[in-house]
Amino acid sequence: MKNFSGGVLFLDRSDINTDEIIPARYLTEISKKALKPYLLEDLSLDGFTPKDDIEGKRVIITRANFGCGSSREHAPWALEVNGINLVIAESFARIFRQNMFNCGMMAVELSAQTIDNIFTGFFGKKTYLEMELERNIFSLTADERRQEVIFSLSDFDRALIRSGGWLEFADSKY
Amino acid sequence: MGKTITEKIFAAHHVDTPYKDIHVIRLDAVFCHEITTPVAINNLVNRNKDRVFDPEKIKAVIDHVTPAKDSKTAMQGKILREWARRHKIKDFFDIGRNGICHAIFPEKGYVRPGYTVIMGDSHTCTLGAFGAFAAGVGTTDLEVGILKGVCAFRYPNTVKVIISGELQDGVYAKDVILSIIGRLGVDGATNRVIEFTGPVVDNMSMEARMTLCNMAVEAGGTSGICYPDMTTVEYLWKFIKDEYTTKEEALEKFSRLASDADATYDQIIEHDISSLEPLITFGYKPDQVKPVREMEAIKVDQVYIGSCTNGRIEDLRAAAEVLKGENISRLIRGIVSPATSEIYRQAMEEGILKTFIDAGFCVTNPTCGACLGMSNGVLAEGEVCASTTNRNFSGRMGKGGMVHLVSPATAAATAIAGHVINSKLFKGL
Ligand code: SF4
Repeated sequence: MKNFSGGVLFLDRSDINTDEIIPARYLTEISKKALKPYLLEDLSLDGFTPKDDIEGKRVIITRANFGCGSSREHAPWALEVNGINLVIAESFARIFRQNMFNCGMMAVELSAQTIDNIFTGFFGKKTYLEMELERNIFSLTADERRQEVIFSLSDFDRALIRSGGWLEFADSKY
Repeated sequence: MGKTITEKIFAAHHVDTPYKDIHVIRLDAVFCHEITTPVAINNLVNRNKDRVFDPEKIKAVIDHVTPAKDSKTAMQGKILREWARRHKIKDFFDIGRNGICHAIFPEKGYVRPGYTVIMGDSHTCTLGAFGAFAAGVGTTDLEVGILKGVCAFRYPNTVKVIISGELQDGVYAKDVILSIIGRLGVDGATNRVIEFTGPVVDNMSMEARMTLCNMAVEAGGTSGICYPDMTTVEYLWKFIKDEYTTKEEALEKFSRLASDADATYDQIIEHDISSLEPLITFGYKPDQVKPVREMEAIKVDQVYIGSCTNGRIEDLRAAAEVLKGENISRLIRGIVSPATSEIYRQAMEEGILKTFIDAGFCVTNPTCGACLGMSNGVLAEGEVCASTTNRNFSGRMGKGGMVHLVSPATAAATAIAGHVINSKLFKGL
């Protein structure tokens, strides 16, 4: 199973699309590794510099409709090769969300209010997320501040995380 | 209780419900192109699973970058080509006979009412125009589709959009769908199917319905879908005439798919288009739409007519009608890419290509090319393009470029004027 804990990258915008996560011009790459330097290269977000801001991060926390647009699984892969296996958002585009779990990664949905609270409490601070998958809880820590957040995952999502993705699951079952 | 068309299709293809709300369905077709499939192929090979569930049900095309523009895209084509040969996938389309996936596969008659289709491409929803459930998926779902002929979906809740009213001259399916996306928002239909119904859809050609369904995903929709009717039968007749004795018989069978009167919907939207005028997007999201009239000051560097949204024969005809006898502005680069080789040939025979060339357009071979900023018309930083494609995301047609989505008629008029403008076909209100 993949690692879901670590430093948090906050992306304070809705509707971040897969062209922004990994531009089409890099879709000619046929290895996941090759995507590493290009993650979020075209993201339009004030004050965001991909190189500095991604370094050392393991989790993304963002707003609504993350991963809309193209179906490219290169988007989760570009995250994965940068060590980011978990994205937390108010909502996801369907294909992106499914791609994440299909790769054994996680896309966690929280209410707009909870996401708001997290942004209010932690945005701009050096934040660490500790995942406790069994308890459906993660905690966020920054300076003196600590917050626990409950989330839910469907049984299917959990099965995909455990079995390392949909291919193995489907090949053994169908 | 009644069922929607999508619920009927799901019920007829049900394989398993491994978990609550997860429906594994059998697939009638898996379509492939050279951008997302080679990764799936390599992965299957690496895992010792280089098999296909049924070579007859898999169709493949090289469309995104064709001819190859460099060694990397050449390799993508090679992997797909060799895989198709290895597995005896006979419906494989290479340069000279190819076309944009969502245009060529229906043109070949591979999509039928009631089918389930997946493809590693988000605009697979286009094919819902035929009354099929067609959804874009990522590489892993594609791998499983290729290997097992199944795919898992959440239960298909539906948003029904009833489109009524009288379309004005010079207003097209593209303007209709932009107005619907503007209303729903870019995530207004996430995890749901958009059912397009009503008198306006009934009167639309298959081409126009494909334009409508094509952009369902821009509102987050899993797919778009229309009810099959006589228009669908007529379009498909040459492919199905051996299966039915009369068109009426085919129609009778397909009509059973239409949603029941007492089907349950998540949401029902009445959408009157009587006062709709040509629309254009203004930002980096497809739901940011305005009347063209309010954007007339916008200068444009490139006009692009093509793509799976608006590269079909009707689209080229609409643009040619505007261009006839005109010259495009010297400040504009006009590029037109007929969506398939067949459309290219037809446009040539109808004299449409000559109209484009006389007006000063460059006619390219069928390809996605510029639509996703990979070849054949990539924008430079700071450049503006009026485009008949479906995505205006930042950097979509080239880093730092701006894309305004429009209909082919608006695109053609804009090319002549050198700035955004309504076509002469639109008389106003
Ligand atoms: S034309 Fe554009 S949107 Fe359509 S399949 Fe090709 S790249 Fe995708």
